[in-house]
Amino acid sequence: MRNAYFVLAALAVAVVTFAVARLIDNAYVFFAGYVVLQYIVLATAWNILGGFTGYVNFGTAAFFALGAYTTVVLHKTMPFLPLPAMMLVGGVVSGLIGLGMGYLTLRLRGTFFSIATLAMAVVAQTLITNWNFVGGSRGAYIIRPSDSPIFSGDYIQYLFVVMLALSVISVSLARAIQFSRLGFGFSAIRDDEGAAEASGVPTLKLKLIATALSGGLMGMAGAPLPYYVTYLDPASGFSLSYAVNTIAMPLIGGTATWLGPVIGAILLGTLQQVATVTISSALSLLLVGVLLVTFVIAAPKGIVGWFKK
Amino acid sequence: MSNVLLTVAGLGKRFGGFTALNDVDLQVAEGERLGLIGPNGSGKSTLVNCLCGTLRNDMGKVTFGGHALNGMSAHRRTRLGMARSFQLPRPFTTLTLAENIRVPILYAANVKTGGHAVDPRERCDALLDMVGLLPKADLKPADLTQIEMRKLELARAMASDPRLLIADEAMAGLSNQEVDEILALLLKLNGQGVTIIMIEHIMRAVLAFSQRLVVLVAGRKIADGMPQDVIRQPDVVAAYLGS
Repeated sequence: MRNAYFVLAALAVAVVTFAVARLIDNAYVFFAGYVVLQYIVLATAWNILGGFTGYVNFGTAAFFALGAYTTVVLHKTMPFLPLPAMMLVGGVVSGLIGLGMGYLTLRLRGTFFSIATLAMAVVAQTLITNWNFVGGSRGAYIIRPSDSPIFSGDYIQYLFVVMLALSVISVSLARAIQFSRLGFGFSAIRDDEGAAEASGVPTLKLKLIATALSGGLMGMAGAPLPYYVTYLDPASGFSLSYAVNTIAMPLIGGTATWLGPVIGAILLGTLQQVATVTISSALSLLLVGVLLVTFVIAAPKGIVGWFKK
Repeated sequence: MSNVLLTVAGLGKRFGGFTALNDVDLQVAEGERLGLIGPNGSGKSTLVNCLCGTLRNDMGKVTFGGHALNGMSAHRRTRLGMARSFQLPRPFTTLTLAENIRVPILYAANVKTGGHAVDPRERCDALLDMVGLLPKADLKPADLTQIEMRKLELARAMASDPRLLIADEAMAGLSNQEVDEILALLLKLNGQGVTIIMIEHIMRAVLAFSQRLVVLVAGRKIADGMPQDVIRQPDVVAAYLGS
């Protein structure tokens, strides 16, 4: 099957990426690479709802942070759980939140839906800020283990590998959806919801699948965050920059295909990391803004759009 | 009436204080060609929307092929065999023509047959060929002319393998010759066994097509019968020309 070949190719790329990073032999490469990979997952997850079905979600930070806070809870109650298991739980939590949010808000269209997602992010942040068990507004400290549990190397290398695997999974999933029956249904919803219904597409069901998948992947991307930052507080977990970056990346890369968010995330994510080190961390958000404006005006279909007629 | 496919009983729809449909009764037989006419704002499109599930009727019942449709979502009605074309064509603009047709094949026709009874690609080519759009299968709807857009709309409606096709002003704005083309297409579909309700303002087309004519005025059905008789009825003439 074409999907199986794609997964194999993606795995090969992942293995080469990890091998090259090991060759460079500098922990910073893994710290920076982790962020880029995390954005590949976030942008791809966002695009399943925003790009494929056309519902713009401003609440990325909420799904992402809920995944991260799930890890905080599990770390306090069941510290023996391996990280991939925690990510799975985080994904389920955020996926269910996505499903619930979808059910409540998908009758809204366009801007109204987007505002509802933004409101949901604020509600979630308020709840977490007032939940003492996970540190409330003080935040939670998590001690990162020093060594990778599955191969010899730093724990950050392990986080890098885990995020690499999640990237392969999300990108393969997004690509499989794009060429499937589900993908046609999503496109029909994006183009004209009424005509989609008239063509037999169960629009509400499909939109719920999209919000659940999208939210679940975002939660999985957020789950390793506490181990990465070692200190997680609501303001940084729910930071609006996650939402802004996650929207900017697919828009710059192109929203219509699985490839767009990947290109956007690699390009913008890398650029931000470079700018943070060489110039200043404040500049990285400015970069996003400038690029976003440029692309919206000059190339509304993104980089992928250049290569298509 | 033999083999009733669609029964509408006491259908009513209000928008706030405005009554768009008032106590409409209608029966359509299997294989029939029904014309539905009425002045602008008489409730034709509201009736179509209530039949197809885009709007919920406030009063009355719709029964289709033995199924009570009240409260049923639009996509399930399509899967039961009720298809419509939109008054203003509403193609999926980012998809190619072939992909436009593929959506109802995947989501309606193949759901009905319970899986892969038909090969989507073959069926898609056959439908595009039927309306003469096969050479343009890989183009986007934006590249089409007005009549081609209407044909795509009909082909997409037919892709769901309907028992009943509701053609909502499929000919508005077309030239004389183009009207004949669409008319021939609809007659051909009816010949294949599809029941058709045609909503149209072009009287020449309606009279050539319909076996029976129904007239709506201000949300009420005022006439229902043989086309030649109906258009001579005094209240129908009054509705169109004033009394």
